[in-house]
Amino acid sequence: MRITVDEEKCCGAGQCVVIAPEVFDQRDEDGIVVLLDAAPAADQYEGARESAGVCPAAAIHLHEDA
Amino acid sequence: MSAPSDVLVVGASAAGLAVTESLRRKGYGGRITLLGEEAGAPYDRPPLSKQVLAGTWEAERAQLRTRDVLDALDAELVLGQRAVALDAAARTVRTESGTELRAEAVVLATGLHARRLPGLSGAAGVHVLRTLDDAGRLREELLKAERVVVVGDGVLGAEIAATARLMGVDVTLAGPQKAPMQAQLGDDIAQLLAGLHGEHGVRLRPGSLVDGLETADGRVTGVRTAGGEVLPADLVVAAVGGVPATDWLTGSGLVLRDGVVCDSRCRAAEDIYAAGDVARFHHEGLGRSLRLENRTNATEQAVLVAANILGEDRPYSPVPYFWTDQLGVKLQVYGLPAPGATVHIAEGAVGQGRFVARYLDGEGRPVAVLGWNMPKQARLHRQHLLDRYAPASRSAPAAAPR
Ligand SMILES: Cc1cc2nc3c(=O)[nH]c(=O)nc-3n(C[C@H](O)[C@H](O)[C@H](O)COP(=O)(O)OP(=O)(O)OC[C@H]3O[C@@H](n4cnc5c(N)ncnc54)[C@H](O)[C@@H]3O)c2cc1C
Ligand code: SF4
Repeated sequence: MRITVDEEKCCGAGQCVVIAPEVFDQRDEDGIVVLLDAAPAADQYEGARESAGVCPAAAIHLHEDA
Repeated sequence: MSAPSDVLVVGASAAGLAVTESLRRKGYGGRITLLGEEAGAPYDRPPLSKQVLAGTWEAERAQLRTRDVLDALDAELVLGQRAVALDAAARTVRTESGTELRAEAVVLATGLHARRLPGLSGAAGVHVLRTLDDAGRLREELLKAERVVVVGDGVLGAEIAATARLMGVDVTLAGPQKAPMQAQLGDDIAQLLAGLHGEHGVRLRPGSLVDGLETADGRVTGVRTAGGEVLPADLVVAAVGGVPATDWLTGSGLVLRDGVVCDSRCRAAEDIYAAGDVARFHHEGLGRSLRLENRTNATEQAVLVAANILGEDRPYSPVPYFWTDQLGVKLQVYGLPAPGATVHIAEGAVGQGRFVARYLDGEGRPVAVLGWNMPKQARLHRQHLLDRYAPASRSAPAAAPR
């Protein structure tokens, strides 16, 4: 799995960081998402999928077969 | 309890799509039908009063999912079809074209309609903002407008005023409160927001109840306040709240009271659930019924509804949350600031234009947290609210703060 984030769409709500703290963080200055791991290990897939699903800005994209 | 063989979701926007996705994420392999009144691909509403209205985004950029992702959901999308009736006992929905859709579980996710006040309709140049089409029409006229009056000093009105002002239009924001968003922010912070709007040249008309239009040749020329004053305008936006889209549920057998009334599991009746802006649920942590109109609620409630459809039995007791972007300031609000709460600055400083505020009730307990240009820090303070909102039985240990 490969993950991309759209910083311009992100509204800084931080849901992704709560769900998958190994994969996502937020910038201190403006709360915009920081992708910590663009190609996470399999044990992070579920959290990444849930994050993409609940992100209120549709800013997380998963490329499942990459 | 076994999973239903099929699920029908009514309303194809944030909540409806999230129910569908969440069911699939949990491995549900049954048939899912997603029925929605709007004809186009599901889109997101928050950008409508921000990037889409300002023109920094094309409308397509507000779409919630790409075509590929929607296809991969393997759900039947029935778009451009309004549901007109529900038989709750038979779990059958009739659409305007006369089709009957039946499923073992039904989810109601029809959201809100913009409220239209009789005194504030019927003339050209008067707008509401709820849909992508509304945003397109409003933007087109905003580009030509000279004087705009936004009626309504809630979140949406304040945001529209802010965006219009940044577009260079002369904007007046009129509403009954002492300051914009007073109900959502409390007195102190609402005054700061009023200051921000004032600095940017938004004309504020606090304490004014607008109850009529002035028109000439069928087009609006101003609004009239209850005090008899006329505020001139060639464009008016009525942002006076939303009405839960339950008109079609009259006679369904469900209890409707400012939304679809649900239990703490978001269940309105046997095998019928509601999620998003339309759902009034029993919040066990607060011990009362609540209906939330914000974007994260739509998805979080949808995720819980999907789990309960599949046989879990979880109460929905969220820490309410919304954000808004106005005039370069990002506000994040967790919890419900009680009217009498006192505000303490927990991080940053008002003078620096970046701070986190904590709202404490009469007993000194935290009831809400607000971030003013400090999204990450505000989120970290959210954990202080868990005791208040999570029912005692399930207050799980908070994740390590980051
Ligand atoms: C302009 C704007 C800006 C916003 N900004 C923010 C923000 O900054 N932060 C925030 O937290 N929240 C914001 N919100 C609120 C957020 O967008 C809503 O909470 C969210 O859209 C709710 O999702 P929903 O799916 O419950 O309802 P909706 O988004 O209203 O979707 C309901 C869908 O059901 C359809 N429908 C209705 N009746 C029927 C029927 N009878 N048959 C079939 N389909 C039907 C509708 O056409 C619609 O597509 C904003 C809302 C608006 C309008
Ligand atoms: S959940 Fe979405 S909007 Fe929120 S911080 Fe993560 S990417 Fe940004």
